[in-house]
Amino acid sequence: MSYKKPIFKEKYGNYINGQFVDPVGGDYFENTSPIDNSLIAMYARSQQADVDLAVKAANNAKEAWGNTSVTERSRLLLKVADIIDAHTEAFACIETCDNGKPIRETLNADVPLSADHWRYFASIIRAEEGSVSELDANTISMNIKEPLGVVAQIIPWNFPLLMLSWKLPPALAAGNCVILKPAEQTPASAMFLMEKIGELFPPGVINVINGFGPEAGKPLASSSGVDKVAFTGETTTGQLIMQYASKNLHPVTMELGGKSPNIFFNSVMDHDDAFLDKAIEGAVLFAFNQGEVCTCPSRLLVQEDIYDKFMERIVARTRAIVQDDPYKPTTMLGAQASKDQFEKILSYIKIGKEEGAKVLTGGQAEKLTGNLANGFYVQPTILEGHNKMRVFQEEIFGPVLCVTKFKDEAEALAIANDTLYGLGAGVWTRDAHQLYQIPRAIKAGRVWVNCYHAYPAHAPFGGYKKSGFGRENHLMMMNHYRQNKNMLISYDKNKLGFF
Amino acid sequence: MGFTQVDITEKATKVVQSIRAKHGDLIFHQSGGCCDGSTPMLFEKDEFYIDDSDVLLGEVAGVPFYMNRDQYAYWKHTFLTVDITEGRGASFSLEIPLGVRFMIHSRLMRAEELAQIHQP
Repeated sequence: MSYKKPIFKEKYGNYINGQFVDPVGGDYFENTSPIDNSLIAMYARSQQADVDLAVKAANNAKEAWGNTSVTERSRLLLKVADIIDAHTEAFACIETCDNGKPIRETLNADVPLSADHWRYFASIIRAEEGSVSELDANTISMNIKEPLGVVAQIIPWNFPLLMLSWKLPPALAAGNCVILKPAEQTPASAMFLMEKIGELFPPGVINVINGFGPEAGKPLASSSGVDKVAFTGETTTGQLIMQYASKNLHPVTMELGGKSPNIFFNSVMDHDDAFLDKAIEGAVLFAFNQGEVCTCPSRLLVQEDIYDKFMERIVARTRAIVQDDPYKPTTMLGAQASKDQFEKILSYIKIGKEEGAKVLTGGQAEKLTGNLANGFYVQPTILEGHNKMRVFQEEIFGPVLCVTKFKDEAEALAIANDTLYGLGAGVWTRDAHQLYQIPRAIKAGRVWVNCYHAYPAHAPFGGYKKSGFGRENHLMMMNHYRQNKNMLISYDKNKLGFF
Repeated sequence: MGFTQVDITEKATKVVQSIRAKHGDLIFHQSGGCCDGSTPMLFEKDEFYIDDSDVLLGEVAGVPFYMNRDQYAYWKHTFLTVDITEGRGASFSLEIPLGVRFMIHSRLMRAEELAQIHQP
């Protein structure tokens, strides 16, 4: 099977009120592929006026959609999942082209996982109930979950289709209308999806606004016409969104990244078996998605008595990573998403070296041949240092692993928790006690135990500390998109006796 | 202002000036976190709420440069230079529509520089 750059239209507008429309101001921006810096297409450069149209459309549609039966909402979400599955290869090629990640990952991870999240939320709403309590012989308390109304969702560029599929299904399943702003680096798969599913939904239920953060994202996040904002991205933008929410007094949820520790205890090397092989892969997963993952296992903590032997295997496995044309099915590591990301990663490698980190492998940009020479590739890199270095504390968002050693459980935990963030962590051990007690002591919302980089539906995902708040991928997330209506009903014929 | 630990390149200065002409007074805030994090963000002065949790590192091209206090604890030994590169960010930073992105080059400060910054 061979894959190549898809054919795109010349330009894509917005999707508002059930139609594809040009931006009001008529401006478009160029979207390029980081594989070879070639043009993909022009996309709408929306402004306040476009956001206003979407807000109006969503508000007009919200009552009818909120009253649509659960059966019908579920049916539509399931159809979306089937459509995504039916177009797996097309979506995979678009995603590889727009983001730069290898086709191996888009075919086997991004696209199937995306479809599954639509199915999960389609399913849970069929089995939900509210609650009723008899408070006394005459008084009933009844709880009904109602949708919020209109939800604004701003997603990042690292998993465009998957991030869309984490955000839209729960909001729609709960009965809300949505206005989505895809990241300007990666608008392609959202527009392709709307071409395929737009007609399924009543106009105004799903709206997609393309454009730049300061011009379209900000008006959307600060709009008084939406009832909630959900955001995945970086900390400063998260703070801004919370500021806007404070004026509008509406709820927000956000996921803001992390600096996840991946901890390997000495029992891992007790046997040279399949599990050790898995553990080595687990450490090398820093390279998955070019390191552009909020939960990139970017800090490797290795128990000192196995350090040398373990690192020998890690370095070897890292050097075996195939970095090549992302359209080739054998490629494991593709392009970084944009030039500025590429520059940022290189500047972190530089400060890492200056702070005294030792480069165990990699450490520079990778020049590929042919038209790929114009793309943005960084060698998978391992830096050896200590946890107070800036490369150990800040999200590099590239295929850069920072490794340090620890003596015992106490030190492992101290290093693991010495971070401003708390999104993910990995714990690898054969010891039955450590399996529970170590994860339990790590201040992170997701602790992978003897695995990593798994994001199944029905496992809630979200951060502690500066990684944000709110959880995704689980039915508990429905509460983020709803409000509780308590009906307090009296069957007492008699008055209170006050007046 | 005396020696401060943040500077800016000429190319980046030009971008700041063109944005100031359009938007008025500005501030820089260094973001942490994923995606477009680990880079400086440029906003209109009153856009972003600044308080005790933010540290002022200095001024570049007439724009105050802030960082969250907790983050600064790990940066206080480094000298920062604000630069500009081609790219496509996705935050609310004002240079994004221009198809460029601010970034930071860092180096370790020398002993005498550290002494000037972190006087008791």
